[in-house]
Amino acid sequence: MLKTDKTFYVDGLSIADGKAPSGPIESRWGRRESEVRLVSPANKRRLTVIVVGTGLAGSSAAATLAELGYRVVSFCYQDSPRRAHSIAAQGGINAAKNYRNDGDSVWRLCHDTVKGGDFRSRESNVYRLAEISSRIIDHCVAQGVPFAREYGGLLDTRSFGGAQVSRTFYARGQTGQQLLLGAYQAMAKQIGAGKVRQYPRTEMLDLIVVDGRARGVVTRDLVTGEVITYLADAVVLATGGYGNVFHLSTNAKGCNATAIWRAHRRGALFANPCYTQIHPTCIPVSNDHQCKLTLMSESLRNDGRVWVPTRARDPRSPDRIPEGERDYFLERTYPRFGNLVPRDIASRAVKRVCDSGRGVGPGGRGVYLDFADALDRLGRASIQAKYGNLFQMYQRITGDDPCCVPMRIYPAVHYTMGGLWVDYDLHSTIPGLFVIGEANFSDHGANRLGASALMQGLADGYFVLPNTIGDYLADAPFEEVDLDHPAVTATESEVRGRIAALLAVDGDRTVEEFHRELGQLMWDHCGMERTDRGLRSALARIPALREEYWQRVKVPSGGRRFNQELEKAGRVADFLELAELMCVDALHRTESCGSHFRTESQTDDGEARRDDTNFGYVAAWEYAGVGRPPVLHREELGFSYFEPTQRSYQ
Amino acid sequence: MRFTLRIWRQRDRDDTGAMVSYPVDHVSPDMSFLEMLDVLNEELVRRGEEPVAFDHDCREGICGACGMMINGMAHGPQRATTACQLSMRHFADGDTITVEPWRARPFGVIKDLVVDRSAFDRIIASGGYVSVPAGSAPDAHALPVSTSSAEASFEAAVCIGCGACVAACPNGSAMLFTAAKATHLGLLPQGQPERYVRAAEMVRTHDELGFGGCTSMGECTAVCPKSIPLDVISRLNRDLLHGQP
Repeated sequence: MLKTDKTFYVDGLSIADGKAPSGPIESRWGRRESEVRLVSPANKRRLTVIVVGTGLAGSSAAATLAELGYRVVSFCYQDSPRRAHSIAAQGGINAAKNYRNDGDSVWRLCHDTVKGGDFRSRESNVYRLAEISSRIIDHCVAQGVPFAREYGGLLDTRSFGGAQVSRTFYARGQTGQQLLLGAYQAMAKQIGAGKVRQYPRTEMLDLIVVDGRARGVVTRDLVTGEVITYLADAVVLATGGYGNVFHLSTNAKGCNATAIWRAHRRGALFANPCYTQIHPTCIPVSNDHQCKLTLMSESLRNDGRVWVPTRARDPRSPDRIPEGERDYFLERTYPRFGNLVPRDIASRAVKRVCDSGRGVGPGGRGVYLDFADALDRLGRASIQAKYGNLFQMYQRITGDDPCCVPMRIYPAVHYTMGGLWVDYDLHSTIPGLFVIGEANFSDHGANRLGASALMQGLADGYFVLPNTIGDYLADAPFEEVDLDHPAVTATESEVRGRIAALLAVDGDRTVEEFHRELGQLMWDHCGMERTDRGLRSALARIPALREEYWQRVKVPSGGRRFNQELEKAGRVADFLELAELMCVDALHRTESCGSHFRTESQTDDGEARRDDTNFGYVAAWEYAGVGRPPVLHREELGFSYFEPTQRSYQ
Repeated sequence: MRFTLRIWRQRDRDDTGAMVSYPVDHVSPDMSFLEMLDVLNEELVRRGEEPVAFDHDCREGICGACGMMINGMAHGPQRATTACQLSMRHFADGDTITVEPWRARPFGVIKDLVVDRSAFDRIIASGGYVSVPAGSAPDAHALPVSTSSAEASFEAAVCIGCGACVAACPNGSAMLFTAAKATHLGLLPQGQPERYVRAAEMVRTHDELGFGGCTSMGECTAVCPKSIPLDVISRLNRDLLHGQP
């Protein structure tokens, strides 16, 4: 094991989840629910909660808080709340319904999720998630989400990576869209009723903290460019993940880390920033100007078989390669799970075969995902019914029909398990600041299982936060704050100063050029494989790149108008700070776990080797200033129900 | 590949706007239409000119943010394809391509190709939902739904709210959008209690916002990137009639 040198970070006090429940795991959430203090209906009407972001977590939280009687103010940067990137989730949502009678249970869903996360999540949180999962399906069906159904009229399910049961509910390849529209419509009802005020095309640029409590946000109206402050009794961040730090990812173009990064700079701890998920099945990069990668749902691995030629640099087209000269490497290496191994395992396996020269397509950066056997077995109609829209999408982008030519796929950045640290109540280290969905770090450990993101976003928004936030708001009313409060005016002027500074540079390199360079650096050194040497070189380069950014970036003038380059410039400026923290976290964690693969820490057969003795903790980082070593607070993870074992899917 | 782009440029809501021509070079046939605009914009920024504003986000045809008239067709010449998924291999080298924003009275131009589609959110807020507070639902299997209803409902539910239907309609009608929601929820047992009120309220809001009436031209369904069928409008009309006193 390498020795950790600490020049790049400072040791701080360890922290604990102050709301961590005790007692039998099955009764913990029920107990917490009945212990949280309540807010009377009359008082709820007087309390305002800001919810930033309108994806699954944000929309469901805004709708539910309004149903409970709170005054809700919601923001999104998109032109409509319905466009948040949850909309693009394809595959499905897990729930421990056991409608299939195949041995599923809350217990087993919890076990799979804890194990899938490589024993780096809290078992209490995960158990709660599994417990709530069934109610989410009930609720979404009641909202009119058109899930796939069997001929008898009951709900259909399918299998997903890392599971041996069929517990994933889906709406063709558009599950995220249908669930988000359900949450969006629930929120729309409250908007119509005047209980949610919703501001589209509005971006949060900073958090207002008054006397240690989160009391509002500073925003920019993206149409007029006006900087506007909104005050509240509590703030909920539901702003998604930070995968766009890599420039090329499956995230939407606008996805960004600004809200959580600004909150981090105001004192919220940032947990496990280096845990980023690389999804194995994405359409490979095809040209230099590409700015976005497209995911092909993991559900395709149910019927598609992954293979490469046995011979390196085989020039033959796939149909000319006989069966005996194909290597179905996932089925060969992991006979028990085959093509359905978890994402981190599959991605690394793909990278290994490509690194060995057996990759296919341009640059050898791709492997085949072949449906020939499934087409023979089930027929074209059945495959089209299951995956029609995904096949169409693939054909639109590549020009190839997956029914005739095997798909080519390659891993891409997809999801970030890291995020702002929260306790069991989803409360950050800033009182009054709650963080839900992908923006927090809570439930997925070092690797998320497929179809669990939708489950977590909706569990947080519909069922957890609306209950736990009451325990905090029961202490209201808080100190009276108005727009002239010194903390408010100071934060506002910082925001204005930053915008002015970005516009004042007037350099010679575009925002996009910097973003591309940062992304490449992160992909090379903080991507699928991380090494001590690579991370150190990234840590040497990032501050220089950041400095260059503030000297050479070119942003078209005009802060007080619609200016998309300016929006992007602010987001990339924050990525340039966050990237450094990700590398610090990755460098300090000399073990491998889940998605975090340190070359120095692997088993004989190339799998991630954990070091529970030294790293069985959540790394929660405290901000210490730009370029200054951050402070590490450790939250030790204890397992009473699930014995941490070397993860094996073989 | 090389193209000449004729693009609608309009500084803000009050500007009169005009078409401006831009040559673009070194376009690869694998690029999407929006990636080509990205290349043009990066070049414009480098030259100190104003980049072309356009809405976009997911770049995989599902968020509904992007939308523009390409050679007079909403989302361009490829059927069932959003502008972000439209690949340049569908154009001929040397083509001149005309790019304009959605044009409809309720969709004001904000800048260049960016329009205000918040009217769609108002239509949904006036009834496009099932009223069910979190925590009150029965077991998901309490109400079986036949696959035919579920499938037809799903076909309408895939609407991405991009506004192409309105932009293509000679009357500037948003009936396909409104009817898609009424159909999605109206075909499911969960949507029955509010079915007729929903249709009436959404259509009332639709009309108040200044969208035109439907005269069954069918342009909407022809350009719809999700191929929402025209018969959703018949369903909406039936619900409207049924709901009348």
